[in-house]
Amino acid sequence: MTTTLTPTPNRRRSALTKGQLPKYAPWVVLGASLIVGAALVNLIGFNPFGWGLISAILFTVGLVAWSGSVEGARKAKDKLATCLVFGSFIIAVLPLVSVIWTALVNGIPGLMTPGFLGTSMNGVTGVADNKAVENGTKVLGGVYHALIGTLQITALATVISVPVGLLTAVYLVEYGNDRFLARAITFFVDVMTGIPSIVAGLFAAAFFFIVVGPGTKTGAVAAIALSVLMIPVVVRSSEEMLKIVPNELREAAYALGVRKWRTIVKVVIPTAISGIASGVTLAIARVIGETAPILVTAGFATAINNNVFGGWMASLPTYIYTQILNPTSPSNPGPSDQRAWGAALVLIILVMLLNLIARLIARVFAPKQGR
Amino acid sequence: MSKRIDVKDLNVYYGNFLAVEGVNINIDAKSVTAFIGPSGCGKSTFLRTLNRMHEVLPGAHVEGEVLLDGADIYGPGVDPVTVRTNIGMVFQRPNPFPTMSIRDNVLAGVKLNNKRISKGEADALVEKSLQGANLWNEVKDRLDKPGSGLSGGQQQRLCIARAIAVEPAVLLMDEPCSALDPISTLAVEDLINELKDSYTVVIVTHNMQQAARVSDKTAFFNIAGTGKPGKLIEFADTSTIFNNPSQKATEDYVSGRFG
Repeated sequence: MTTTLTPTPNRRRSALTKGQLPKYAPWVVLGASLIVGAALVNLIGFNPFGWGLISAILFTVGLVAWSGSVEGARKAKDKLATCLVFGSFIIAVLPLVSVIWTALVNGIPGLMTPGFLGTSMNGVTGVADNKAVENGTKVLGGVYHALIGTLQITALATVISVPVGLLTAVYLVEYGNDRFLARAITFFVDVMTGIPSIVAGLFAAAFFFIVVGPGTKTGAVAAIALSVLMIPVVVRSSEEMLKIVPNELREAAYALGVRKWRTIVKVVIPTAISGIASGVTLAIARVIGETAPILVTAGFATAINNNVFGGWMASLPTYIYTQILNPTSPSNPGPSDQRAWGAALVLIILVMLLNLIARLIARVFAPKQGR
Repeated sequence: MSKRIDVKDLNVYYGNFLAVEGVNINIDAKSVTAFIGPSGCGKSTFLRTLNRMHEVLPGAHVEGEVLLDGADIYGPGVDPVTVRTNIGMVFQRPNPFPTMSIRDNVLAGVKLNNKRISKGEADALVEKSLQGANLWNEVKDRLDKPGSGLSGGQQQRLCIARAIAVEPAVLLMDEPCSALDPISTLAVEDLINELKDSYTVVIVTHNMQQAARVSDKTAFFNIAGTGKPGKLIEFADTSTIFNNPSQKATEDYVSGRFG
């Protein structure tokens, strides 16, 4: 047996790979544009923002021009589009990174102070803050009361909003049939989505003014205000989730002689539950940071109040707001700043946890795949 | 157990649109009846009127009578849910419940209706239904796995097992094999032959060989043109329809000459 070997053509210079930029081309252009950019910025006085901007422009122009001369117009357009997409991504992410970074840098000293999460502001006066600054001792006071308030108010708002929102969505998808009532509800839900949060707060305050009496400020009033903001979000997300449940599943259940409401409760909602749950969690994340409606409905407190139905209540956003606007010690606002940033960090962590929980719920409840 | 269906002067509407006109047909108990005809001629629509699935769509309604062993399923005060408990249905595309295991899918008709059933009875029902659908040997070791993990043919047989687990008198099948490969199709056809012993089976199919293989009687539906209602052209023994039809349209259709 003899085997004939066809001569291997030169791999490096294949006809198919002719006229392409080498793989290292973007890095070369990046390095060059960073250097040239730095030089140009130094002419007008160095600042990192200008350096980044000029380098980005130089990089785009350089890479597109080089690609156009070697690879042709189509590849050059591709490179331009890639640069634009990456640039937009960086512009979108920068503020987020900046916010998280600032909150971390300013918030960690507050958060790391022993007792920050476990004490309230009860009894913490300007005198204590002045002492802390003068003697360099630890800053007293914490967010415990505000954390309790935020969690209780948001939990109550969720308890109110989820049944109302979910049942509305079930009506719209399963029973509405595009009737006048269904279309009217959809329209007003859309209008509700756009209500400014302070208006929702004023509504709840006015409602309790009429029903209970003047000056009624409790956590429950705030929860009502927040649920006004939450319900449209829950309705909209649940509606979308229920809509994408295939009609075939409903028909399969009907064909087995299952009643419509049982089909909805046992087939449609379980199939959509992961999407509904993450929609609800995102709605919670949206209202947990509301400040204005809570100020006008729950007032503000410095002491722990565990009763959501009685007495003024603090929450994390209103805590931050008052600490910044009215420092405990007007002559030494440092400790108040530190506490406010610490509270802001706690709030961001709460929202992040909620998003993580939403993902976890979506994964746990998702219809099972695999064999 | 199995029941006969008699249809008298049935008109089927979508809103104001008359989709199927003037159907008269008598389907015997313990027989297999095939509906054939070109796409859009209303055979699936007509099939769905036989267990009141048609009216699930907004605006859909019927005129006429459908008698299940003499009782009109469209009579006043008749609960469509009762009708559907008696007349089961298998759909064109396999649609097992994605949130349920294989076992729960088979038991869906029982569990979704909140009927109490002991574990022993449930096990027996699962095995009997899956045996009946020729699926038991393939899935008996993984009854707790999700039904959506099965192959298309297995999913369709799971849907058949789910439909026969509630022990209907009549089983309607809407193109049950159109999404299946020849081997799965053969398994479903064998199954239809066995089901005939205890159920009345009505099957819609585009595959004329399949109609010839599985059915005792065949109904040919046709449509005069777009926007016109579909009509039942001829209903006779399957051998008559395929070998010696009395209508010209039927002969053209079964022999492959159209129009």
